[in-house]
This record gives sequence, C-alpha cells and structure tokens, in this order.
Amino acid sequence: MTTELKPKLAVKNLNFYYGNFHALKNINLEIPEGHVTAFIGPSGCGKSTLLRTFNRMYDLYPKLRAEGEILLNGQNILAGSVDLNMLRAKVGMVFQKPTPFPMSIYDNIAFGVKLYESLSKSEMDDRVEWALKKAALWNEVKDKLRQSGLGLSGGQQQRLCIARAVAVKPEVLLLDEPTSALDPISTAHVEELVHELKQDYTIAIVTHNMQQAARVSDFTAYMYLGELIEVGETDTIFTTPRQKATEDYITGKFG
Amino acid sequence: MTAQELRLKKQKQQDALFRGSTRMFAVLVLALLAGIIGSLIYGAWPAITTYGLPFITTVEWNPVTSSYGGWDSIFGTLLTSFIALIIAVPVSFGIAVFLTELAPTWLRRPFGIAIELLAGVPSIIYGMWGLFVFAPWFADNIQFLFMMPIEQIPETVASNILGSEALWAPLALVLSKIGYAIAWLFTLPVPSSLMGSQVVELPYIGWIFNAPPMGIGLFTASLILSVMIIPYISSVMRDVFEVTPAMLKESAYGLGATTWEVVWNVVLPYTKNGIIGGVMLGLGRALGETMAVTFVIGNAHRIPGSLFDPTTSIAATLANEFAEAANPMHIASLIYLGLLLFVITFFVLVASKIMLLRLQRNEGAHS
Repeated sequence: MTTELKPKLAVKNLNFYYGNFHALKNINLEIPEGHVTAFIGPSGCGKSTLLRTFNRMYDLYPKLRAEGEILLNGQNILAGSVDLNMLRAKVGMVFQKPTPFPMSIYDNIAFGVKLYESLSKSEMDDRVEWALKKAALWNEVKDKLRQSGLGLSGGQQQRLCIARAVAVKPEVLLLDEPTSALDPISTAHVEELVHELKQDYTIAIVTHNMQQAARVSDFTAYMYLGELIEVGETDTIFTTPRQKATEDYITGKFG
Repeated sequence: MTAQELRLKKQKQQDALFRGSTRMFAVLVLALLAGIIGSLIYGAWPAITTYGLPFITTVEWNPVTSSYGGWDSIFGTLLTSFIALIIAVPVSFGIAVFLTELAPTWLRRPFGIAIELLAGVPSIIYGMWGLFVFAPWFADNIQFLFMMPIEQIPETVASNILGSEALWAPLALVLSKIGYAIAWLFTLPVPSSLMGSQVVELPYIGWIFNAPPMGIGLFTASLILSVMIIPYISSVMRDVFEVTPAMLKESAYGLGATTWEVVWNVVLPYTKNGIIGGVMLGLGRALGETMAVTFVIGNAHRIPGSLFDPTTSIAATLANEFAEAANPMHIASLIYLGLLLFVITFFVLVASKIMLLRLQRNEGAHS
C-alpha cells in the first residue's frame, strides 16, 4: 500500500471468536480513506465476520468476542467505552439481501436521520431527496415517496437500503455482498453507485464475485480460513499476486 | 389371483378403511359444532321469539316477574375483557421484548416456559386466589384510600409502605407532606361546592373509583382475567418477534438505533398482524372465562357505575343461575345468553385467524 494514503480504519492483531471457534486469526490491515477496499475469499473465510467487527454488529449476539484493536480515525472502537449507536451512525452497513423497513420510502430514509438529527420538514425533504439521488433512485421513486418500500423491485430496494445508509452521512460504508440477491442489471447499478460514492466515503465491500472486486475496488484483500493472505492494489492482486494461494484462488484453481 | 395381487388388494382395503375413518373423525367434529349451535338455538328459542333482538340491549333480569334482557351481562363480558386487554397487552409486549431482545440466552428458555406454565394454572385457582387473597388485600390497601379524606391519603400510604419503624418516621413524614402538597394542587381546580363533604373525590375522575370497598367487582375480575391471558398474548408476541428476520433488525441497529427504537419502529410494524392475532386470541379467552370471573366479579345484574362496582358477565351469569333456574323462560334466556357469547367469541376468533393468515402471507412475500 502506498504511503501517502491516509488509513481510515486500521486493524491491529485482530482475533475473533465464535465461542470456541477461532474465526479471525491475527488480522493486520489498513483501509485507506476515500477508496474502495474489497474482501474476497471462499465461503467461511471470515470476510463477513471481519466486516461485522467494523461496526461491532457482533455485539448483538452472545458468545462472540473480538480481541485486538480496530482504530477508526485513530480511536479504538473495540474499547468498552465506545458508544455503539454513535459508532454505527458513523459506520453504515448494507446487507446481502435488501431489507427495507416496513414503512414508506420516505420514512425508510428519514428513520436513521431522525435518530441523530432534528431536522425541519423541509430540511428532511431535502435530505431524503439528496440521499435518494446519491443512490441513483430519485428519478424512479420521486412520485411515490409515500408508498411502502416493500413495493419496489429487489434492485430498487437494495438502492433504497444504500440511500438509507448514506442519509445519515456515515464516514465508512460497509457493503456485505450487496449484489448477491440481485440480477445483473441491478448489480451494474449498484456497482456504478459504489464508484460514485467513494468520492465521499470510505467503502469496504465483501463479495463472492471476483470480477466484481476487480471492477469496483481500488484495493483487494484475499482471506482464507480466517487469515488475511494478501492485501494490495487491486490491479496488482489480480495480475501479479505475491502469494501462490492468492493466485490459485484468482485463477479459479480452487474455491 | 397371485399372492402379490392379493397383497395389493389388501393394502387397498386398508387404505380405504384408513381414509374413511379419518374422514369420519373430521366430519364428527363439524357435526358436533353444528349440533351445539343447533341445540343452543333450539334451547333459546322461547326467549328468542319472546324478546327478539332487543334482548341484547335490555337491562333487566328478573326471574320473579320473568322478564329478561342481557345487556348487563354482555356489557360486563365486553368491559372486563377490554380492561383485561388494556392491562395485559403492554405487560405482554414487555415480556416478549425482554425474552427476544434483552434477556441473556440462558434465561430465555426457562423464563419462556415459566410464562407458558401460567397458562396451565386451572382457572378455579385464579378464582380462589382472587377471592380469598387478592380481594381482601385490595379492599384494605387500595380501595379504602378512595374512602378517606384526601389529605390523609399520603400519610396513610407512606406509613403503609414504610411501616411504623422509628427509623423511617422522618422519611414518612416528609413523603406525606410532599404527597399532601400534590393532593392539594390536584384539588385546586374543583369548584368549592364539590368540596363540602368530608370525603373529597378526585376531581372529574372520582366517579371511576366510587364504590364500597368490597374488593370484588369489575376491576378485580378484569385484573384476574389479564393475568390469565398474559401467557397467551406474550407467547404469540414472542413467536412473531422471533420470526422477524435478523438482517432486518441488524439494518436498524446498523443505523445506530437503540433496542427500543428497533423494536418500536421496525419489529412492531413488521409483526403487527401477528400481534393483533395474538391479542384477539387472548380476547377470545377472556370473553369466555367463567370460573375465575364468577368468583370475583360480584354477580350483580346491573351496569357498573364505577370501576370497583360489582357486576356480572355472560359466563358468570350462566355459571351462577343454571342450577337454580326452574322457570322455562329463565332457562331459555340463559341459553340465549350462551348463544350470544358463542357468536361474540366466534367473531373474535375468526378475526384473529384472518390476521394470522395475513402475517404468514407477508412472511412469504419478503423472506
């Protein structure tokens, strides 16, 4: 990784356990600000687990624990004193499947904003429009903002979820296989979106799809069995990986 | 015929026998249901032809003059069930949220089972507890408060709670003074003409509590009913909360929402049909509950004038009077009441089934 990049997230000696199962082994990694970092690797390699440590989503469940340090802007977010709600407002997340809330499109966006900001009606209208435009969804839904978010197509729902995450103006966006439930056209929409969004946000994306990682990311991390095998610029990883294991995976010899 | 053909034939006969017998059992239940409805209508026929539908809205129950109307019983049934729901629904919601979102995993199963066991307590036990334990306590410790001059209430409550220990005396004094000040503020808006008597009613809402302190009546019956239906409502709520997709909840947590915000804004709207179904289930049970209610409702044929007044319900009226009813019109009127109860619970159950079906369809739509 080149030196002039400023790390947004720095992972230091991170170990993660599901009860007795050692899921992440001594991970060291930096995620540079204003870029897209992709995590690839076979199923069960821990890439989603790693992503879910960045907003401490694992904290919702018992018997899961992380050891080590994850620095967001230099502050350790694994420390007990961290306010989880504030952390999650700063580190937004989009999931494998679209998960619109059972409310109107407008309220889906406004929900997260209302948690932390008290905006006037017109400010909120502006924010909703801004977020939907960011997610390239505004033109499709501007006439039916009061309709249920569940009435949208799968791809639209996923962009709604991205808009919802963007609306609270997070610093980091975590995308956990955001296109795995979408058709190719919707996938292309979302990928374009990732390109647009990296101007303003630091993005970490987990994907099963190596072509997708190659298309959308600036840096790629290859993980295998809970270990970080190799991380570097996407072009380098996909053309001249240093590790034999990475090359085998990328060229399809296994996985 | 070969041996194989014989065996096949035998299998076919067994199959036909099996099909026929299971169908018979199923039809038998339907026939029973129809029979019950039929015999209810038949038994109630003299009352139906004599009083007609106005029976429902008439308040009159006089075996001596043989004139009957069911509104007091119907009203008592609906009102006790309604008050029971008002108490039981928030409590059940709290239990369900605690069990699904907040309780440590090791506690969830035993706690859930304990709540469900409450549903297994025979209703006669609730009735006895209500009559012999709760009602006297309620009369002595709560109802009498409404019978005393308002300025004495804070002192009495403070000494009741803290006892007469010397250690607590100063605290009790301070509390009673604070309470007195609040009570004084409370009575300010009352016109002085209402302040004439020794016992000062609470302004505007005093009539709600105005009744002799007997411990039994509308409120006690509703409270016992609410305890009885909490297991049903809370276990349905817990079940529908559990089917909420984890990813949906995580999405809300991921925006920085607290547990309360997630439950109130996301889980509750997602599960509202199921919750309404569960509430209807509890309501259906409350409407028909007989033994516990009969023990504590007071069994007075009249529209209650206050929350603590004795009244009656359909089920309580039936349980009390069937054994003594000699007059044919009395019996027919009781059966007419029973038929009306059947109709009410039937509609409540149908409504709950429809709600639950809609929930299942929703699950299928976006899981």
